[in-house]
Amino acid sequence: VYGVLIIICIIWSIPTIGTLITSFRPADDAKTSGWWTVVNDPDFTFNAYKQVLAGREATIVTETGEEQTVSGAGMGQAFLNSLTVTVPAVAIPLLVAATAAYAFAWMDFPARRIFFTVVIALLVVPLQIALVPIFRDYRALNLNGTWLAIWLAHTGFGLPLSIYLLYNYISTIPRDILESAFIDGASQFTMFTRLILPLSVPALASLTIFQFVWVWNDFLVALTFLGTNKDVAVLTQYLQGLIGERGSDWHLLTAGAFITMLLPLVVFFSLQRFFVRGMMAGSVKG
Amino acid sequence: MGCSASDRYRVILQLRRKNKVSEKTEILGRTVGSEILTWLYRIVLSVIVPVVFFIVMRAGFIWLRRGNADQVLIAAVAIVWGIGGFALLYVIANSIVELLPDAWKSRLLPFVFVGPALAILGWYLVMPVIRSFISSFQGASAEEFIGLDNYIYVFTDRVMLQAFRNNVLWLVLGTGVTVAFGLLIAVLADRTHGAFETVVKSLIFLPMAISFIGAGVIWKFMYAFRPAGTSQIGVLNAIKVALGGEPVGWLTMSPTNTLLMIVVLIWMQTGFAMVVLSAALKGVPEELLEAGRIDGASEVQIFFRIMIPYIQGSIVTVSTSILLLTLKIFDIVWAMTGGQFGTNVIGTVFWRQMFTYRHNGRASAIAMVLLILVIPVMWYNLQQLEQEAF
Repeated sequence: VYGVLIIICIIWSIPTIGTLITSFRPADDAKTSGWWTVVNDPDFTFNAYKQVLAGREATIVTETGEEQTVSGAGMGQAFLNSLTVTVPAVAIPLLVAATAAYAFAWMDFPARRIFFTVVIALLVVPLQIALVPIFRDYRALNLNGTWLAIWLAHTGFGLPLSIYLLYNYISTIPRDILESAFIDGASQFTMFTRLILPLSVPALASLTIFQFVWVWNDFLVALTFLGTNKDVAVLTQYLQGLIGERGSDWHLLTAGAFITMLLPLVVFFSLQRFFVRGMMAGSVKG
Repeated sequence: MGCSASDRYRVILQLRRKNKVSEKTEILGRTVGSEILTWLYRIVLSVIVPVVFFIVMRAGFIWLRRGNADQVLIAAVAIVWGIGGFALLYVIANSIVELLPDAWKSRLLPFVFVGPALAILGWYLVMPVIRSFISSFQGASAEEFIGLDNYIYVFTDRVMLQAFRNNVLWLVLGTGVTVAFGLLIAVLADRTHGAFETVVKSLIFLPMAISFIGAGVIWKFMYAFRPAGTSQIGVLNAIKVALGGEPVGWLTMSPTNTLLMIVVLIWMQTGFAMVVLSAALKGVPEELLEAGRIDGASEVQIFFRIMIPYIQGSIVTVSTSILLLTLKIFDIVWAMTGGQFGTNVIGTVFWRQMFTYRHNGRASAIAMVLLILVIPVMWYNLQQLEQEAF
């Protein structure tokens, strides 16, 4: 059993390890020899990262010692763009979903059941269905290529799952707690901010991680609503661009790939348990 | 969550009973006119937070676009402004409603909470379903109705048929192999203990953190091709050459290329299947297994006759979510071949129709087909909801 598992793990890790090693190799080595030959010929450099992260141009020192000016790939900018897209695209849907989930679980209003049924039905709706109409709305509003456009798109597409999961959690909060607060005269809003939100932290944490990974790794939504404008494009778009422009510069491609993976991997290793829980929670998303 | 559902309903009723305000509204009795008025206010309230947010933010962005402020500064301002703005609007809407007389308050307050979500869902998901349905019967720029032409295209065009065929491969092999691998590794890993088990599971799970585009690059590199006689840099060709073969351009050969891209999906999703199934396996009662062993069942029999039936539910759940994923698969193919060399899937053809050819009608028809294909899952989810007696 141990032997089989070790073999499987090695097979599973080879692609990632190969990528990591190649990203630290000099350009010519990466293009002409397999990454596994580093065992005989260890020669590492940060040049690929310098070049990929730089804006217009970067100065690198090649292994022969000469200075060389190369055109950068702008992934530093892209990293910043990804952050700008991701933080609100995680926070806004969570906020909207938490309030809605609270209302669904603990408030009484007409058509509540119908609305909730709609939310459940929307869970698995493929987002492709929304791309054409929303793209047209955004064009009419002159909104394509702005951050607002993509925040709201991610909010819309992330809401059904977030509402569903938070509802499941919030509705299991013991009613004694709510009742005593209610009798003490707390308003609904106070109950929500002082009681429900703190009690829902575990569910919110799972959902935050799921939505973060989803938005950070998203390509389709970004491509649709941010377009090819390099000022706002996110990491996955830059990486896709790199495949087209520098298709055979493997040191750059692998470095680029690693930069896009960096933040999710940090989260994965530092918060592994929450990470797994978050990804599981999100598995019902369509 | 099953057993608590009916409890929950009772709780709501009780809370309502405690809430004298609601009782008063019921006593009040309403005419049709005031009912309509109430709904009008509710709708306005639902829409107002998103709309005000939207207008203010949009104005802000147009203003920001004019100035040449520092990128980092713009990003920071945008983030604080975006999140803070939304939260602030909730607070404002709430405090306005709190000022109203009790009867109105209890009618409107729930919509302060649930309204923005409903409005956003309406705009981003409900309306698009209807609008896509309509434009799927219209021409390229959605001006005139052309009947079923778009659907005829979807089911007869050569590229579409190729996409359907490939998508079936993705659905069947992608899901089947992923679940089988996940189950295998889960069973094996459960026989180990402690740190070893943890390390194995995290290594297998790790690719879940990578984007499809990133994974596309990683595996494109695995499949990289250099002419025969030069040293190979792709692992797959290097192995083939070492075994005495000729290197090949893997991603240009159909249908091998589709299979090789499915491998990428399997690599990414097996960890997910493994974790879910492993948790399910840990729930199989030890007595059940013991009883089987006493009756003289072999380990293989125990696996197929006891374990598999016991975790059937989890297997269905995992399979469904991977099926949904493979149905809409786009990024992997886009990054690795761009749909060339006979690798198109529904997702890539959709994209080409939407953005390369700007044919809204056909793109909508393709999206409608995707929607129709997920209806069984949707129906199943709603059945589950019924059973829980929400």
